[in-house]
Amino acid sequence: MAQIGTAAGIVAAMTAATLLSRFLPFIIFRGDRKTPPFVEFLGRTLPYATIGLLVIYCLRTPLLLIGRQIRQGGGGGASDWGVPEFAAVAVVALLHRWKKNSLLSIGLGTVFYMVLKQVVFG
Amino acid sequence: MNMKKQKTELGYAFPRTVPVMAGYLVLGAAYGILMADSGYGPVWSVLISVIVYAGSLQYLGVSLLAAAVNPLYSFFMSLMLNARHLFYGISMLDKYRTVKRFKPYLIFALTDETFSVVCAENPPQEMDRDKVFFWISFLDQCYWVGGTLLGALLGSLLTFDTTGMDFALTALFVVIFVGQWEEKKGHSSALLGLGATLVCLLIFGADQFIIPAMAVILAVLFVVYQGKKRKEEA
Repeated sequence: MAQIGTAAGIVAAMTAATLLSRFLPFIIFRGDRKTPPFVEFLGRTLPYATIGLLVIYCLRTPLLLIGRQIRQGGGGGASDWGVPEFAAVAVVALLHRWKKNSLLSIGLGTVFYMVLKQVVFG
Repeated sequence: MNMKKQKTELGYAFPRTVPVMAGYLVLGAAYGILMADSGYGPVWSVLISVIVYAGSLQYLGVSLLAAAVNPLYSFFMSLMLNARHLFYGISMLDKYRTVKRFKPYLIFALTDETFSVVCAENPPQEMDRDKVFFWISFLDQCYWVGGTLLGALLGSLLTFDTTGMDFALTALFVVIFVGQWEEKKGHSSALLGLGATLVCLLIFGADQFIIPAMAVILAVLFVVYQGKKRKEEA
């Protein structure tokens, strides 16, 4: 656990960011004011880039491990090559393309990863 | 107060929220369990589900809290993740323009799932629109908070090994990424997000790559926008 002050600060930051992102359009575009074209452009493009950023953020640990393996010329086991993470990502992605059911893809993908971590590579 | 009329609007709103109920109870419970696992009990997780009420951000928040990430840094990450809300807001400007009561709450409660219900919703003439939108938004949040509480209480009773359960966050973003990719638009932007962030991760390391990655993404999008504008003017 983080210190209580830091934890409260993080929660406050999350609250402020969410209020800002939800209320801003209604505050700026009251009445008939037009959306600035660059903001409109960001609205169309930024959501895609952000999810790409977050996918890499979530996979930062295995990605850095792979980078280290490449620099060292290999020698590590499957976990050092991020095998559990990327196998589970593949399961989630394929399952989602096939069934298009978010709960199913997230649920089965997570269980698959837990089995890999605890049983197969545990 | 006219109880009979109120019941009608609630009765109209409820079936529309059932698909959201299933998802929110499960994902809310998983959130409560993850929080309990990182040492944050029901008071924390339920409070956050009430005042933040943003699913993917709350999942990210578990790792922000676990790593005690600097609040300012957390603020910018939250803003980036929430940037899509701006888009929802812009899409709902017209629909919510005429709403008189509950408007601040309706805007506060505009999550991905609630947006997907209300954006397609046109209540029948004889009904009070404001109330229909209120009930849809409020019921959705009840499911989310209820799921969180359930998970938080369950989380302290669970005795099985939860190692690897935090992968749910990665899975959530992969699912959103695949869903967006299938829409057949925004591919170059999605690749920009992956590429710029990967390069920054390798250069700056695990603790300092997010802000540079955001800066690179915004700079590239600005250049692309300027290029497009110049082309249109020419």
